[in-house]
Amino acid sequence: MTNTNQDAREVIGDYKAGWHDPENATIRFDFGLSEQVVRDISALKNEPKWMTDIRVKAFHHYESRPMPTWGNMSMLKQIDFDSICYFLRSSKATENNWDDVPEDIRNTFDKLGIPAAEQKWLSGVTAQYESEAVYHSIREDLEKQGVIFLDMDSGLREYPEIIKKWFCSVVPYSDNKFAALNTAVWSGGSFLYIPKGVHVEMPVQAYFRINAKNMGQFERTLIIADEGSSIHYVEGCTAPTYSTDSLHSAVVELIALPGAHIRYSTVQNWSVNVYNLVTKRGIAHENSKIEWVDGNIGSKLTMKYPSVILKGKGSHAEVISVAYAGKGQHQDTGAKIHHLADNTTSTILSKSISKDGGRGSYRGMVTVSPKAKGCKTNVVCDALILDEASRSDTYPTMEVANQSARCEHEASVSKVSDDQLFYLMSRGHTESESLAMIVNGFFEPFTRELPMEYAVELNKLMAFEMEGSIG
Amino acid sequence: MSSNTNLLEVCNLHAGIDDTPILNGINIEIKPGEIHAIMGRNGSGKTTMANIIMGHPDYDVTAGSVSLNGQDLLEMETWERSRAGVFLSFQYPQAVPGLQVGNFLRKSVAAIRGEDAAKGPAFRKGLKDAMQELGISRSFLGRYVNDGFSGGEKKRFEILQLMLLEPKLAILDETDSGLDIDGIRTVAKGINTAIRGTDSGALIITHYSRILEHVQPDKIHVLIKGKIVKTGGPELALELEERGYEWLDNDDNYADSEENKSTVKITD
Repeated sequence: MTNTNQDAREVIGDYKAGWHDPENATIRFDFGLSEQVVRDISALKNEPKWMTDIRVKAFHHYESRPMPTWGNMSMLKQIDFDSICYFLRSSKATENNWDDVPEDIRNTFDKLGIPAAEQKWLSGVTAQYESEAVYHSIREDLEKQGVIFLDMDSGLREYPEIIKKWFCSVVPYSDNKFAALNTAVWSGGSFLYIPKGVHVEMPVQAYFRINAKNMGQFERTLIIADEGSSIHYVEGCTAPTYSTDSLHSAVVELIALPGAHIRYSTVQNWSVNVYNLVTKRGIAHENSKIEWVDGNIGSKLTMKYPSVILKGKGSHAEVISVAYAGKGQHQDTGAKIHHLADNTTSTILSKSISKDGGRGSYRGMVTVSPKAKGCKTNVVCDALILDEASRSDTYPTMEVANQSARCEHEASVSKVSDDQLFYLMSRGHTESESLAMIVNGFFEPFTRELPMEYAVELNKLMAFEMEGSIG
Repeated sequence: MSSNTNLLEVCNLHAGIDDTPILNGINIEIKPGEIHAIMGRNGSGKTTMANIIMGHPDYDVTAGSVSLNGQDLLEMETWERSRAGVFLSFQYPQAVPGLQVGNFLRKSVAAIRGEDAAKGPAFRKGLKDAMQELGISRSFLGRYVNDGFSGGEKKRFEILQLMLLEPKLAILDETDSGLDIDGIRTVAKGINTAIRGTDSGALIITHYSRILEHVQPDKIHVLIKGKIVKTGGPELALELEERGYEWLDNDDNYADSEENKSTVKITD
């Protein structure tokens, strides 16, 4: 126990992953961002010139780009970009044996259950702590089949040609202010390539942990699933609770080549002092399938809209997302699907719960291009509001330029009724247990898509959030 | 057995909702192993009575007491009453989308009868037998609690819970309504299995006598305007079937209620 844990406890509240380790940085940049910081990050990593050039261009774009004029502008305005640390290295190397990871960091991942999960049900693991991966592994048999799973920095060193080909091809740095920021200062993240026809049966997992105060984490992930291959990638994240804010701004690019299947699952559980402003997008080629299974439980403000560009005929996109907005939180989440080719199909299921003054927003967009024939899309948004102080909004957009498209959209807002609680309580369950049953039931269409271990964890997390909440 | 070992004792119960009185001095005593029925027209206060015993937050008890084996129920939260052994089969069971029946049953048995009762071969066998008796198929366990259930399925599911939770006192609120004759028979079989030959008791609330042909009550109470106006044996059901409630519906009965007197003496 360090003495700084004292003040953390005051703001920690009920968040279970809110502890922090003593900070033992190997390299720590001063607060604030400049072109020099961007160049220093690149130089430190010995990057090829083309990458440095992209970073610098992205930085200038970031500087010139105004803040978004939607989402939660008043919260965005509170981000103090000058008091963020943009790079922090906490371990000299990325180890492939947990015993070689610095003790404090290893203990933290132990507490988070990562090594245990790795042994039981994962094909590979990347554990990132602050700016870089501290641990990495992949099962030998997958490596032999040609599967590449590395942290992004190692990926760039070992496979620069592949990365050069695809980097920024799905999310250009000019896409939005935070994509530009990420491209300028990115560090860590996952690089994953699955060769033709290879099916990776067990998921690979990346876990992101922020430890330092006022930290900025900017991981960059690139997944390429070659023809006819399949992969399930899962990620989780947590951070200590501090009274000052941290910033997490990631970019994730997925490429599903013809016939490939990528499923990308996230359980985001940042502490409530983290701004989570993330761009996630995939391109689906002919007859391929991309699924985003996206859960947002933590963070102060999340603005994230996993997207799929259905570029190839017969490709399919699915976005299932849940968001929980508690006290002081705003989850502005949703999905974007662009139907560019014939017979492409998509479904969006979005569920949000708001409680104790929290705010959940669904912001979604589906477009069907004039040339794309026979497309189908189905959008369902459900919101559950647990008290009068909380809020839910829906901002759906559909732009359909082809007459043959079949589009469906449903939205519902509901409240937990006294009769529902009474029914469950009459079966021996306390008020908070009953509420947790209703809430977990509401999220069930999402949790059943998660690996069982994640689903159990999420249910526990929600049960915990419901404790002492009423009566 | 001495006469003061009552399972349920409702004494001079007055209750209402938002200052509107609904129950005007109810007295009922149920002994272990007894099945009582409360009959009355819609609006007579039958469901209110069931809800109050279970602790529904909408009702205010203004006078009187309710106890189970001598424990004051009115002091307890709903879930505490349930763990103490009170079970209510709802007239309108609530749907909980996303909550699987199997999971819910296991959790409820664990909450009421303890973790050990909710696992292992004994639990699985009990579940299988009860489902078989009620004609419920295995696939039912994977459905969501009361979500999209037909009226008959809802009632069978209530009785399935009754059989697994093994309460001391089962209150069955209009469990027969909306059921066809086969459904009534099945449900009655479940009630008999759960109560007969045990120390448990039941209070069956109904406005038809049909279910009482299959679950012979020890006593029948007639409730009119929040007051028990007559108590009798099983034969009273037949009389009500023939004559309706009008013959009991006279002003004398209410005059008593205003004086807060018990109109019927239930104990022998």
